[in-house]
Amino acid sequence: MKIGVLLKEVPDSESIIRIAADARSIETDRLQWTINPYDEIALEEALRLKEKLGGPSATASPEACRAGEVVVITAGPARAVDSMRKALAIGADRGILIRTEGLELDPATTASVLAGAARRESFDVIFAGKTAFDDGWGQVHIGVAEMLGIPCASPVERIEFDMRSKEALCARPASAGIKETVRLRLPAVIGCEKGLNQPRYASLPGIIKARSKPIAEFEASVLGGAPEISILTERLSPPPERRMGRMIGGTPREAARELARLLREEAKVI
Amino acid sequence: MKILVVAESEGGALKRHSAELIGKAASLAGAEGEVAAFAAGVPDEAVSHALGMAGAGRVYAADVAGVTARSGQALASPLCEAIAGFDPDAVLGSATPFGADLMARASMRLGRGMSADCTSMTADDRGFLFERPVYGGGATATVRPRSRPAFATVRPNSFPNRPAFDGSPEISMLDAAEADGARIEGVEQSEPGMLDLAEADRIVAAGRGIGGAGNFGVIRDLAGALGAAVGASRAAVDEGFISHDHQVGQSGRAVSPSLYIACGISGSIQHMSGMRGSKVVVAINSDPEAQIFARADYGIVGDMFDVVPALAEEIRRMGCD
Repeated sequence: MKIGVLLKEVPDSESIIRIAADARSIETDRLQWTINPYDEIALEEALRLKEKLGGPSATASPEACRAGEVVVITAGPARAVDSMRKALAIGADRGILIRTEGLELDPATTASVLAGAARRESFDVIFAGKTAFDDGWGQVHIGVAEMLGIPCASPVERIEFDMRSKEALCARPASAGIKETVRLRLPAVIGCEKGLNQPRYASLPGIIKARSKPIAEFEASVLGGAPEISILTERLSPPPERRMGRMIGGTPREAARELARLLREEAKVI
Repeated sequence: MKILVVAESEGGALKRHSAELIGKAASLAGAEGEVAAFAAGVPDEAVSHALGMAGAGRVYAADVAGVTARSGQALASPLCEAIAGFDPDAVLGSATPFGADLMARASMRLGRGMSADCTSMTADDRGFLFERPVYGGGATATVRPRSRPAFATVRPNSFPNRPAFDGSPEISMLDAAEADGARIEGVEQSEPGMLDLAEADRIVAAGRGIGGAGNFGVIRDLAGALGAAVGASRAAVDEGFISHDHQVGQSGRAVSPSLYIACGISGSIQHMSGMRGSKVVVAINSDPEAQIFARADYGIVGDMFDVVPALAEEIRRMGCD
């Protein structure tokens, strides 16, 4: 069983975002980078599946080794190798970095290069986060499924695999309190939602072992077929700031009464 | 200008966010333009009428039955067929799980991708411009689709909803095929009566300060009085006080109600990023130093277990629209 994980490096969510001089990108020099939190959930799910199937042992044949392999794929700059190395320390077996420096990307072009790399690997299943914390496109993994011509379910909060029938039973939220169960035929792409699992940390032996695990690098152009971008970011602007509003004093009953009055007469929202 | 809107309905009623989106499309398209709606299943008379009232002159209906009707995979083909037939300048959907899934599928099938989760939409002589929050709300991106049609999903409650048209659209039927390799086997209501956060016009949310799952009663009671959905901070979800379905924030739902009442929520960056779209924010917290007060329109320093029931009582006394 060959398991793919789409992994993206994003600024840590505690980072202060500063818009760069070009007004179209952000300043990256002082940012802390991390694995996209939803992708950590995807990686954890991949590792659990591999463990359930029985991972490769030292005496296993090359076929058996491949039977439980977790491969992380990232489209990003050279810097992203640090996050990939962290994923290898957590337990992934190898990495594929698709170098995208100097390229203008949108969801379709990103999906296209990721699908190009995935196509060469013929994964039995591909896990991804349901969206990325930075650009929040939430569609790249769905695009990868579409381009590979395989089914997809997202966002998924519970999965059961049936290895005999090569199917995955996925639960996902549809709308308020309603959950859908989707039966996917493998190979498929699964977009992971919070609550699916609790991601593990890298162990010290894992960190040492990760140094010798391979990360292959490709130029995005080699993977070919990337369409021209169809969504252009014209500018970034700081979000509208909320100012400090009015504090309401008095006893709880007085404050509640005054708040209700203001919500009706001033804010006009009730 | 021609705009196609993916419309959602439930139980024979058009979703409010879909009516809102069709109305916005109609105002963008202008008198010379044309707006069509794409609907899953054959719309009944009430839904057709509501689609027409909102501004759709034509409805493309995908003839699917049963639960598979909700599947983006089953509907991507008929949606692409509707796009080929109508030839719109833009295809719009709501930023709901259904809308996001179907729009992602269809836009990627046409090699484009979509401007996801937009909060503003305008058109100029070069086409459409969408605004969308990025970096967890740390910046706003203005994006321009460079190919036609432009695809975008829009957060519910981004535009005023004002039905203004007569309600008799022309209906064209499209066939939908069973999705290949992905089949919806069942739907289950995990929490009866839950209102959807993303669609809610009012939200009452609690944080770690709520102290326990059993204490959510005071929050639910105020929500009931307001007709509001119940939200929670990550801290309250991580403590196991309430399910993740209720989480507002960077790792939960992005919401855009007209009223957001935050009870016992400190106001972390991640939480604020999810509720930034709220029009009026009320903070109730016993800690006068809580960051949330700096972002709230109205603040009360006090114990939520005193203030929230008093507020519920006051609102019931006043009556609430």
